[in-house]
Amino acid sequence: MLELRKVNKTFNPGTVNEKKALTDIDLSVADGDFITIIGSNGAGKSTLFNATSGAFLPDSGRIYLDGRDITYEPDYKRAKYIGRLFQDPKTGTAPSMTVEENLTLAAGGGRWLSLPRRAEREALRERVASLGLGLEDRMNTPVGLLSGGQRQAVTLLMATINPPKVLLLDEHTAALDPSAAEKILEVTEKTVREQGLTCLMITHNMRSALSVGSRTVMMRDGSIIFDAQGAGRDGLTVDDLLRRFREASGETLDNDRMLLS
Amino acid sequence: MTLSDIINVIRSVTELGLISSLTVLALYLSYSMLNVCDLSTDGCFTLGAAVGAVVALSGHPYLSIIAAMAAGVASGFVTAFLQTRMGINSLLAGIIVNTGLYSVNIAVMGGASLLNMNKTVTVFTKVKALFDHTFLDGWHKVAVALIAVAAVIVFLSVFLKTRLGLAIRATGDNSDMVRYSSINPVFTTTVGLCVANAFTALSGCLLAQYQKLSDINMGQGMVTVALASLLIGGTLFRRCSVKVRAIGAVIGAIIFRAVYALALNLQMPAYMLKLVSAGIVAAAISAPYLRKHIPQTMKKYFPGKENGDVRA
Ligand SMILES: Nc1ncnc2c1ncn2[C@@H]1O[C@H](COP(=O)(O)OP(=O)(O)OP(=O)(O)O)[C@@H](O)[C@H]1O
Ligand SMILES: [Mg+2]
Repeated sequence: MLELRKVNKTFNPGTVNEKKALTDIDLSVADGDFITIIGSNGAGKSTLFNATSGAFLPDSGRIYLDGRDITYEPDYKRAKYIGRLFQDPKTGTAPSMTVEENLTLAAGGGRWLSLPRRAEREALRERVASLGLGLEDRMNTPVGLLSGGQRQAVTLLMATINPPKVLLLDEHTAALDPSAAEKILEVTEKTVREQGLTCLMITHNMRSALSVGSRTVMMRDGSIIFDAQGAGRDGLTVDDLLRRFREASGETLDNDRMLLS
Repeated sequence: MTLSDIINVIRSVTELGLISSLTVLALYLSYSMLNVCDLSTDGCFTLGAAVGAVVALSGHPYLSIIAAMAAGVASGFVTAFLQTRMGINSLLAGIIVNTGLYSVNIAVMGGASLLNMNKTVTVFTKVKALFDHTFLDGWHKVAVALIAVAAVIVFLSVFLKTRLGLAIRATGDNSDMVRYSSINPVFTTTVGLCVANAFTALSGCLLAQYQKLSDINMGQGMVTVALASLLIGGTLFRRCSVKVRAIGAVIGAIIFRAVYALALNLQMPAYMLKLVSAGIVAAAISAPYLRKHIPQTMKKYFPGKENGDVRA
């Protein structure tokens, strides 16, 4: 269970560029929740993820994971149980290293000076094959030579190769062409389902915001303005979402990457 | 030139190429893998020479190698500490350590700026004794350098495949990815620089024992010479495995020495070495940039060509 308690973050405080990016965020994520997050540009969605993963410290507030206070834990330690994917497929992989080398590093385990054993390499290959993208034949290709979609699939596998307690997806299909985006979303849902992951996914696609996952959260100006799950979410349409946003904020939802259908 | 003259030139090119290739291999690790341009290289090279000379002079030729490498590790650790824990830019961290090492090196040599090892037992004289009056007579220096280089290459090609080695490579490639794999890049950078500087110091130690002289200015410009060699090797073995590229670095060092020897033969004064290496480094590093920008500039001044109009 992930809990954010009164988390605040202001960028460049005391300057003309001061920006309150998160205001008193309270969010409880139950184990097995799959939350989709939508909101306008600059609403603080990515900032929420950055605070959770430890890219920076919040100004105030606490973050708990399974009851443990992780607010001050450095990002690389949190990475053990918080997986992350970004919009840019380049973010999560080392381009000049091969698919296998990237996955070996992500899989961790073993001692520092241990060489990957044959069984481990076989296991990695099988995991890659389970993506269903034919990448198992390209284990020795540098990741930088893969397409954006393939690269994002590898990143997804890296983030989930040891099932994380929380998986954070920040518009991870936004930079891909429609068919690759669909494929990656499919693989994502399958992985989350099979591993029973707790997952938060920022999306610009209003339709997937409702069709994917079990709960939808809407953000605006650093706050959560709408949170629907269970019966309150069933039967919601994209139009309902846009109306809710207007009602809560007095303006229309505006995101430069937004897809309405 | 007689045949034996030519063989002598080839032999000394090989000897010097192999010894300096250890520094090239150090940069292969720090510059190509970790993506850190370690400007403490010059000072660390001399540190290896000084420590190695002092220990050899005290009668421990084999220990001198280990001592020099340990000194290199310490120097690399300080550079890494400054850049990862004290927020000092990596170039500046190298320059700071390099400056500090000048004093350290003189102190190591007991206040002298030169140490003579004319009558000292070194690893070279040890092996020479073994080779005398055999068909290998005269090749002991090549043998010592070759053993050192082979050991470093074998070490590197295994090391870079271990989990730690992969993490070091990834640190230079995409340090965020290392963090997402729950590895602290501070750790990988530190280990990488310690190992690299051990090789640099080994290189300095062997050169001093080779020329029977440790001199406070021995390392000067070494980083540029080694970078030039690394880049020469890099162009020959571009898309190859980690191991092959390491061998490429050594070949680059030998080619560099060969070209230098040739230039000396054509009456180029010895003091031109550093200008030549500076030129090579500048040219090699700017090449990708120029390849991209020259066509654009050409278009600006010869716009006709853009439309396929070649008559103009
Ligand atoms: N490192 C930073 N330094 C300064 N300001 C920042 C920083 N990161 C984010 N901000 C600001 O904080 C606000 C929230 O940004 P954030 O990236 O969280 O928005 P978002 O909801 O992810 O928007 P988008 O849909 O465009 O990705 C924005 O106004 C942004 O300019
Ligand atoms: Mg964002």
